[in-house]
Amino acid sequence: MSTINKAALQRQATLIANKRIGAYHQIIFSVGDVVRHCKPGNFIAIAVGGDSSKMILRRAFAISRTSENAQFGGTVELIVAPHGSGSKWLCAQQEGTEIDVVVPLGKAFGIPTEPANALLIGGGYGSAPLFGLADVLKSRGCRVDMVLGASVGSKIYAPMEGKRSVNSLKIFTEDGSMGETGRVTSQLKEIITEREVEIIYSCGPMAMLQAVTEIASSLGVIHQASVEEAMACGIGICMTCVLPIRGEDGTVSMKRSCIDGPVMDGATVCWDLVGKSTENFS
Amino acid sequence: MSAHSVDISTTLGNAWFPAPIFTASGCASSGKELAQFFPLKDIGAVVTKSVMNKPRHGRPTPRMAETPSGMLNSIGLQGPGIDAFLANDVPWLLAQNARVIVSIAGETADEYGVLARKLRSTPGISAIEVNISCPNVENRGLVFATDRDTSCRVIDSVRKVIGGEIPILAKLTPDVTNIVDVAKGVIDSGADGLALINTVLGMVINIDTMRPHLGGKTGGLSGPAIRPIAVRAIYQVREALPTVPILGMGGVSSGRDALELILAGASGVSVGTASFGNPTAVISIQNELRELLAQRGFTSLKQAIGYAHRV
Repeated sequence: MSTINKAALQRQATLIANKRIGAYHQIIFSVGDVVRHCKPGNFIAIAVGGDSSKMILRRAFAISRTSENAQFGGTVELIVAPHGSGSKWLCAQQEGTEIDVVVPLGKAFGIPTEPANALLIGGGYGSAPLFGLADVLKSRGCRVDMVLGASVGSKIYAPMEGKRSVNSLKIFTEDGSMGETGRVTSQLKEIITEREVEIIYSCGPMAMLQAVTEIASSLGVIHQASVEEAMACGIGICMTCVLPIRGEDGTVSMKRSCIDGPVMDGATVCWDLVGKSTENFS
Repeated sequence: MSAHSVDISTTLGNAWFPAPIFTASGCASSGKELAQFFPLKDIGAVVTKSVMNKPRHGRPTPRMAETPSGMLNSIGLQGPGIDAFLANDVPWLLAQNARVIVSIAGETADEYGVLARKLRSTPGISAIEVNISCPNVENRGLVFATDRDTSCRVIDSVRKVIGGEIPILAKLTPDVTNIVDVAKGVIDSGADGLALINTVLGMVINIDTMRPHLGGKTGGLSGPAIRPIAVRAIYQVREALPTVPILGMGGVSSGRDALELILAGASGVSVGTASFGNPTAVISIQNELRELLAQRGFTSLKQAIGYAHRV
């Protein structure tokens, strides 16, 4: 049985940077020593709206990068799309603001013990945590190829410095405004075969993760998917962020994406059953 | 008066608790996650998520919708079933020196009796919360607490098994015309106390899909938005049944809110949704409450219970 991330702490963190990058905001928090426990795939849960907020639930964001420096100590970076009221509030905060955070949460991406050929697939701002992951994989001697996709070019997140750890980067947009026209899955079979990919890491919308799972499974490649399901708490107590997962014994059960994920073995997620009545579970 | 000299211990029936702030059922799972943030023995009790006889998957996603100062949930009593719960969760909680109140839910009055029998043979439990008011069941007819007679049948089947060893708390819904009538009924049937209130039935429609947002269509509204409903329900029941102990809950997110429920008549207060937004809410509310009692000159929590009713 899975448990909450043992390093998780609640603390006041200082927002030290808030920059607009295309359609997104790059937000950096000073979090102190706990940064050493923040791994690619982990997330942070942030209280939004201030003390008298009508928004009572935390917002969860993937940690895209971490660093330690003399001036700010440990810092974590998030890439935020200002879509809902909570993320818009966060993106409007000034540098120097103190914000209540819980970090790190969730299961991290598993890193191969031996150098391997890895393919990282990101949809929209789902690419953000993949750059931190690329650094770690590269430092372990892995070959790292990346495929990113979005509806339009302005929604592709691919910072210059992030590309250093990537051997190749291929971009697809549905309207052809950046890279090739198509989706991340358009040439996926060919890429996996040509590059002799041994492990796939993905982060993005549910439909993309499902499509990647189908191709990865058909070729017998390991696939770690970072899922995004609405969470009320992020710490495992509310049971809202569940996904149907097939266990080793073949039975399906609802697992919390905040505790058992967000990184899941894609092949165990019953994507077709998401949102379906649980009476159909076998 | 210093805050630390205020006696904040409380009782519900024959159960004693060193502190009056508890977790709320369904908002702390079985305590393991919150234990990462504070020692569970420091609060009054952990009220565990309502458990049924058999394991249950619950409702499909989406299960949650945030609303102004509140949220809807539609979990549908997902859980491991009573046998796994008693084998794993209760021993773990007792090993933390936490007080444990077990919440039970059934599809029939008989199922509650079966659950009560299994609890009776489990040592160390402080009380039973009989959840007859979960709104997230397939058939609204199963919300026993919307009807006095069906509520009484459930309490009766639990009372036949539990003979006064531990208190039976009946958890009621505010979604009724006359909550006092249901309260009187379950007390007559043998409940030792009441848990007030469960979530309020609600719905959110997604304006993009133009359909109900939740997988289960309806959900239970919780959070500060429902606090005045809880205060009203507790006040009305206390007025009608002044000797019946009440465990109050509904949108409590500060010491001030907890005090409000206590003044209305609650002997203890469960904190639920506030823990989702703040994992240390339960312990901070307890500390704030102690300060507020001291500032008002109370030397014990018991003096404040129902104080709003004084003539």
